[in-house]
Amino acid sequence: MTEPVTDPLTPVLTKRWTEPDAWSIETYRRLGGYTALPKALRASPEQLVALVKDSGLRGRGGAGFPAGVKWSFMPKDEDKPHYLVVNADEGEPGTCKDIPLMMADPHSLIEGCVIAAYAMRSHRCFIYVRGEALHCYRRLHNAVREAHAAGFLGENVLGTGFDIEITVHAGAGAYICGEETALLDSLEGRRGQPRLKPPFPAAAGLYAQPTTVNNVETIASVPFIVNAGSAWFKRMGREKSPGPKIFSLSGHVEKPGQYEAPMGTTLRQLLDLAGGMKDGIPLKFWTPGGSSTPMFTAEHLDVPLDFEGAVEAGSILGTTALQIFNETVSVPWAVMKWTQFYEHESCGKCTPCREGTFWLAKVLERMVDGHGTEEDIDTMLDVCDNIFGRSFCALGDGAVSPIQSGIKYFRDEFLALCEQNKAERELAGARA
Amino acid sequence: MTHAAQETFGEETVREAAEIIARYPQSRSALLPMLHLVQSVQGFVSPEGMRFCAEQLELSEAEVAAVATFYTMYKRSPCGQHLVSVCTNTLCAAMGGDAIYAKLREKLGLGERLEGNEETAGEPGEPGSLTLEHAECLAACDLAPVLQVDYEYFDKQTPESAAELVDRLRAGEAPAPSRGPGLRGFRSAERQLAGFFDGEAALESVVDGSSQAVETLRGAQIAAEHGWVAPEAEDVPIPEVEEGAK
Repeated sequence: MTEPVTDPLTPVLTKRWTEPDAWSIETYRRLGGYTALPKALRASPEQLVALVKDSGLRGRGGAGFPAGVKWSFMPKDEDKPHYLVVNADEGEPGTCKDIPLMMADPHSLIEGCVIAAYAMRSHRCFIYVRGEALHCYRRLHNAVREAHAAGFLGENVLGTGFDIEITVHAGAGAYICGEETALLDSLEGRRGQPRLKPPFPAAAGLYAQPTTVNNVETIASVPFIVNAGSAWFKRMGREKSPGPKIFSLSGHVEKPGQYEAPMGTTLRQLLDLAGGMKDGIPLKFWTPGGSSTPMFTAEHLDVPLDFEGAVEAGSILGTTALQIFNETVSVPWAVMKWTQFYEHESCGKCTPCREGTFWLAKVLERMVDGHGTEEDIDTMLDVCDNIFGRSFCALGDGAVSPIQSGIKYFRDEFLALCEQNKAERELAGARA
Repeated sequence: MTHAAQETFGEETVREAAEIIARYPQSRSALLPMLHLVQSVQGFVSPEGMRFCAEQLELSEAEVAAVATFYTMYKRSPCGQHLVSVCTNTLCAAMGGDAIYAKLREKLGLGERLEGNEETAGEPGEPGSLTLEHAECLAACDLAPVLQVDYEYFDKQTPESAAELVDRLRAGEAPAPSRGPGLRGFRSAERQLAGFFDGEAALESVVDGSSQAVETLRGAQIAAEHGWVAPEAEDVPIPEVEEGAK
C-alpha cells in the first residue's frame, strides 16, 4: 500500500508546548483541552477500547504493544478494583520525551488518564513519576488539583456518575522501576524488582488486582484519538505503526531537541530538520530508541523508524531516543559507559543479569584501559549469550544490546585496543 | 513509637505520615513518599528515620531498610544544603559531563577517588554545604550536558559554568535553574516529593518557573515556521460496537 502523505513534522502532542503557561488548565482548555473527555464519557467503555484498538496506537514506552489490545485484557466485570498506572519513570539513557511532555502539557496526560480509566472500568489511577523529575511532579500535582476544581476528576465527573481519583507518586531513583512489574512492586512500597509473568498485570497487577500500565505518551495520545477518530490517527505514520511520534534528537547534531513526526520517519530526514551533524563532523553510530536498542551506523540513515522498520534493520524502535555520536567518540568507551549503567541499575534479582553486567563492566573497563585481549571479545559475547533471555525482565536483554551491536559494527575498534596491548606486552617481554 | 524517633520527628511529622498513608488503598504504598518526608526533616534517611517509617506503617525495620537502601535518592549520610547531581551517562559524558564532574570534584576538594555514590563538601546542612553525586541519565539528553541542583535542571553546562554555579551555591546564593523555580535546598525538594506543598499559594509559587527550553520546543517551532501541520482533525463520532463484540 502507499504510505499516507503528510508534512515532515506533525505536531499533535507537542503543539501546545509553545504557548505561554501551556501547563495551566486555562491554556489547555483554550486550546481544545477537555473536549474529548465529555465525548468519551457519553460512549461506552467497549466503544473506547474498540476505538483505540482500531487506531493502531502502540505503546510508546518502548515495547510497542497495541494499547487497545492491552486495555481489552482488563476484566469486563467490576467485582475487583481495577487500576490504571501511568509509567512516568522515564530513565532509559537517551530518552527525554515524557518529561518535557509532563512539564509543558500535564493536562493532556490527566485527560487521557480519565478516559483510559473509564474505558477500563477503573476508578483509581496512579502516575508514577521519576523522583528526579521534580518540576513534572509539581506540575502534575497542580494539574490534578485544577482538574478536580473544574469537575474533571473526583466523584461524579461532569455529572455522568463516573468516579475517578488520580494520585501522583514520586519514585526514588531506580531505573528498573520503569519495568512495569518492578514499578508495581515499587508502588506497593517495596524494592523495585520485576515479577515473573504470567500472571500479567491485567490479571494480577497492583495489589494483585487487574491493572494496566501505560506510558505517558501513549495515554496523552488518547484524547486526540477520541476527538478526531482512528482514521485521522492512521493518516500519519505507517500501516502497522500509525500515528505521530516524538523523536528526541540528542548528541552531536546542530539542533538537538524534540521533533514530532510521523512514525516511519528516517534519521536522514530528521537530521535535515536538525541542521545536520554538529560542526559537520560525520556520524559514526546512533541508537534508534535508547541505549537498550542495538546501535545503528551511517548505513542505517534511511531505515524507517517505526516498530517494523527498526526490527527489520536489526534493532528495535524503543523510545525513539536518537542519541547521535560523531567520529570523535570511541565505541568501546561508549559501550563501557552504558555497561556501567546497567551494572549499577541491575536490581540483583536474577543471577545472569546481576553477575553478567558486573563482569562485562570489568572486562570493558580493562579493555578501555588498554589491558584487554582478543579473547575478551569472545568472552563478552559468551557472557551476553548467557544474559539474553535468561532474566525475568528486559534489563538484561537491554544490557547486552550495546555490546553485541558495538562488536558487530566496530569489532576492529575493540581489536585495535587489544592489539595495542599485545604489542606492548611483546615489547615488554623482549626487554625482559 | 519509640521516644527517640518521636522527639526527632514530632507530632507534625506523625500527622503528615498519616496524611501520606491516607492517599493509598494499602498503607505500605506510603513508604516511598514517607522516606522522602523523613529525608526532608533530617537531610538524609537515618536509622531513626527508618524506624519512624516502620512504626507508622507497622513494618519491621528490616523491611524498611531493604527498601531505603535500594533507591539512590535516599541518602544514608547527611546531605549538604544543596545536592548537585551531574549526569555522567554516555551521551552527557561524551558532550562534557565527565569533564564537568571531574572539575567539580577538584573544586570541592574531593580527590580523584570516589568514596561511595556521593560526597559532601562543608558541614552537612550548613549554608553553602554541597553534596556532589554522579547521576545516571536525567532524561534531558537534548540539553546535554546537564546537571541538577536539588532536582532542578541546569541545562547545557560546561566545566566553567558548573564551577561558577558551585561557587555561587557555596557563597549562599541561589542561582536560577534553566527550568523550574528558584532553589530552596535539598530538604525542601524532598518535602515536595513527599507531596507537601504547604498551601495553594506555595504550590502556585513553585509550579510556575520556566520549562520552555529552545530544544523542547524546537520541532513545534520549525513546524510552525514552515506551516507544517498534522492532518486536520475533525470531530468524528465514536463508532458503535456490535453487541457480539462486547
